[in-house]
Amino acid sequence: MKELLSLRGLIALFLLVVIGVGIFSAVGKIPFGQPDSEVGSAYLEDGRQETGAANTVTSVVVGYRALDTLGEVAVLFIAATGLSTILATSKKRIDRKLEDASLVLKTGCRVFFPMILLFGAYLFIHGHLTPGGGFQGGAVIGSAFLLTYLGCSGRRVSRTASRSLESLSGFGFVFLGLIGLMVGESYFLSNFLPKGELYSLLSAGIFPLIYILIGLKVGAEFAGVIDSMIEESR
Amino acid sequence: MSFLSSYIYYIGAFGLIIIGLLVILLKRNLIKVIIGINLLDTGVNLFLISTGYLKGGTAPIFSPGYGAVPSAMVDPVPQGLVLTAIVIGASVLALALSLGIKVYDHYGTLDLDKVRGQRW
Repeated sequence: MKELLSLRGLIALFLLVVIGVGIFSAVGKIPFGQPDSEVGSAYLEDGRQETGAANTVTSVVVGYRALDTLGEVAVLFIAATGLSTILATSKKRIDRKLEDASLVLKTGCRVFFPMILLFGAYLFIHGHLTPGGGFQGGAVIGSAFLLTYLGCSGRRVSRTASRSLESLSGFGFVFLGLIGLMVGESYFLSNFLPKGELYSLLSAGIFPLIYILIGLKVGAEFAGVIDSMIEESR
Repeated sequence: MSFLSSYIYYIGAFGLIIIGLLVILLKRNLIKVIIGINLLDTGVNLFLISTGYLKGGTAPIFSPGYGAVPSAMVDPVPQGLVLTAIVIGASVLALALSLGIKVYDHYGTLDLDKVRGQRW
């Protein structure tokens, strides 16, 4: 609290009061609990028929706004590349003594690693039917690799494998979009595959494919990020 | 009471945003500044989600044998935005932490007052 009483603290408090009053005078006019967006209700009304996906969030993320998702995947790629570039420039190596993980963590890592991978894969394969999707599934897969690094300290993710998986799935995403440009309705990332039966696994056209690619990409990226950070601390 | 029940999510979200900004502006430890950035990020996500909230609404997912009508579902657009924003936030956090590692390697401290050119 002592920072608040300095000149810096008073200036910051004044700025924050100004920001707070400004925000409240704008946001206070939005009624809470009654969303009035025509876009959202249009997606909810027509999303099932137009895309064939039972999960409307999925049809927004990889259907209507798929180009934005491609942009977000690019942001993620740049962040992961920047991280490994920043950490790759370290010259000095500090030799730290590493303690072995406890028996519980070691056994848990062996038992739970395949299960967590399976759960992540379930999340992104069923992303168009149930709550879940590529980003969540990828994050779950990344957490499986974090568990391996904490528990089984000898095991490493091959840098080449994670890089190539990441690049291939990113390339596959763009490639699917380009196929949609050539066939079907002729716009980038158009849904050119048959919609299939609603609520079945093979439905919604290219959505499961895109979510599988996003899941692999996010999982490989998180595994690479964890690898770089653990490598730095060794 | 009605003021609280109608604005509680906005108060929480902007409370997080303002606490995050306060931490970023006042704290001198780089790790605490990064925690402040993360708080700010969480507040923005919570605000986006709460703009699409419908009182008594269900998740925007259709299931066979469960008769949810589209008008009783929350807005899916902010959820789609936040879904990706959370992962972006996590990767930006990792990037900021790696910059923190480099700052510590170079200056031997995380105190922003002792890092040259970082005083305000």
